Amino acid sequence: MTALPNRVERKLGLVIDLDTCVGCHACVTACKGWNTENYGAPLGDADAYGADPVGAFLNRIHSFEVTPDEGPAQVVHFPKSCLHCDDAPCVTVCPTGASYKRSEDGIVLVNESDCIGCGLCAWACPYGAREQDPVEKVMKKCTLCVDRIYNDNLPEVDRVPACVRTCPAGARHFGDLSDPDSDVSRLVAERDGMDLMPEQGTAPVNKYLPPRPKDAELDILAPLLEPVAETPRGLLGWLDRALEKL
Amino acid sequence: MHPAPSLIAFTVLSGLGFGLLACLGLGLAPTERWTGTVFFALGFGLAGTGLLSSTLHLGHPERALKAFTQWRTSWLSREAWLACATLAVAGLYAALAVLAGLTVAPLGWLAAALCLVTVGATSMIYGQLRTVPRWHHWSTPALFVGFAVTGGILLAGQVTAAAVLLALLGVAQFLAWRAGDRRLAASGSTVATATGLGPRVRLFEPPHTGGNYLTHEMVFQVARRHATKLRSIALVVAFIAPAVLLMLPFSHALAAAAVVAHVAGMVLIRWLFFAEAEHVVGLYYGRPVG
Ligand code: SF4
Ligand code: SF4
Repeated sequence: MTALPNRVERKLGLVIDLDTCVGCHACVTACKGWNTENYGAPLGDADAYGADPVGAFLNRIHSFEVTPDEGPAQVVHFPKSCLHCDDAPCVTVCPTGASYKRSEDGIVLVNESDCIGCGLCAWACPYGAREQDPVEKVMKKCTLCVDRIYNDNLPEVDRVPACVRTCPAGARHFGDLSDPDSDVSRLVAERDGMDLMPEQGTAPVNKYLPPRPKDAELDILAPLLEPVAETPRGLLGWLDRALEKL
Repeated sequence: MHPAPSLIAFTVLSGLGFGLLACLGLGLAPTERWTGTVFFALGFGLAGTGLLSSTLHLGHPERALKAFTQWRTSWLSREAWLACATLAVAGLYAALAVLAGLTVAPLGWLAAALCLVTVGATSMIYGQLRTVPRWHHWSTPALFVGFAVTGGILLAGQVTAAAVLLALLGVAQFLAWRAGDRRLAASGSTVATATGLGPRVRLFEPPHTGGNYLTHEMVFQVARRHATKLRSIALVVAFIAPAVLLMLPFSHALAAAAVVAHVAGMVLIRWLFFAEAEHVVGLYYGRPVG
C-alpha cells in the first residue's frame, strides 16, 4: 500500500556526524557489499570494466567546500542515503504499491517483485536516495539493513546497518529517533541535529550533525611554548654576532 | 530531467488522441459513417499509441497491470484507470455512432469529460512533484489540457476555433516559460538547505567520477544558451505557423501542413518541458540554480 501509515511505532534511522566523517567511503563499500549479497536483487553494475561504468549504490559520499565568515575554507564530507522520511513522497507516488513505509519501525522499502521500474519514486525523492538497478531494472534504495538489524543469526554487535558497523570514524549512529531518550535522539538534541531540505516537507527521520565550529584557540600547546628570543644570547648570540661580522 | 523519447511520445500522442476524442464526443467533428470511422480511428490510434509508448519507459513492462492498484494515492495509477475508462466509454460511443448510426450525445459528453480529466491526470504525474519546482504549479495541468483541446480542435477541422486557440495557447506557453524560469529560485531549495552547511558552500568533489542513474535521469541539462532559440523556434512552429496557415484560404493541404507544424512544435515543447526541468537533487551535484 502506498498510503503512508497514520502512525509508526518507532522511527528507526541514522544520525550522521558531519564533524567526524573523514570521507573514506568505507560505508559505501560496506553497503554495496552487504546489499549485493543479501536481501533483494544484487546491487548491479553495468559496463563495470568498460569505458562508461555505472552502478546502483544506496549510499554516496559527496564532499563540499564550506567557506566560513572568517578563516580558511573547510571540506565537509557528506554521506547521503535514504532518510526514511515520515512524509515520504516517494511512497505515495508509486502506482504499484511496491514502495511502502512500515508502520512498525518507519523503514521505507521497495517490494522488488511488484516494482515496474517506472522511476517515478526516484523523481519524487528530493535527496537522490533511489536509484534504478541497471541490471534488474527495479528501484533500489537503503533498507536500513532490515536483514541485519532483526537478524538473530548475527552476533548482537552486528545487528546494525552495515554502514554504521563499518564506519572507522564512528560518524554514523543508528537508533530509534521517536524515543527522546535514545542515544541517537540525545545526540541530535545535544548537537543541534538538522533536517536536509526541510522546505520540501518530507520530514526526514535521519538527522545530520553539523560540523563543530573550528576553535580559534585550538592549539592548546601554543601558550606553553617560549616565544623565540628576539636577540639571541649565549652560544647562539656569539654565533649570530660572529656571522654578522663576516 | 532526461527527455526520454518514450515520455515525449506518450504525452504528445495521448494528448492529441484524447483531445480529438473529446471533440468527437462533443460533436465537433463528424462521428458517423466513413468520415466518422476515420476520425475515431485517428483518435483511438493516437491515444493508444501514446499509452503504449509510456510502457516503453518501464523497467518491467510485463508487470504494468500492477500500476492499477494504487489509485488512492498515485496519479500514475489514477491516470491508468482514467485512460482505460475513457477508452471504454469513447469506444462505446464510437461503436454506436459508426456501426448503428446512433449518436448518443450524453455518452459523448461523458467521453469528452473523461478525455480531459485523463489528460489532467497525466499532467499531474509531473505537476505533483515538489522536487521539480518548474512543474509543480497549476499551469502544468492547464497547459496539458490546453494542448489537448487545441490539438483536438485542430484535428477535428474547426478552422477558426483552432486559429484562435493556437494564438491563446502560444501566449499561455510563453507566459508559463517566463514564470517557470523563476520557480526554482522561488522554491527556497538551495545548496544551503540541501546540505545545512550555511550560505557559502559549493560542491568540492562529487561522490564518483562517472555518472549514475540520478545524473543521467535527473541532472540532465539542456544547453542553456540555446534555450531562448529553441523556445522561439517552438513558438513559431507550434503556434504562429499553423495559425497563419489556417487563416489562408482553406485547402486540405494547408490544413494538413498546419497539423504537421503544430505537432512538430509540440514535440519540441515537450522536449523542452523535460529537458529544462531542474530537479532539486542537482543541488547535491553542483548544478547551478535558476
Ligand atoms: S529520502 Fe527519498 S527515498 Fe528515502 S524516504 Fe525520503 S523521499 Fe523517500
Ligand atoms: S519505480 Fe517501482 S517502486 Fe518506484 S514508483 Fe515505480 S513501481 Fe513504485
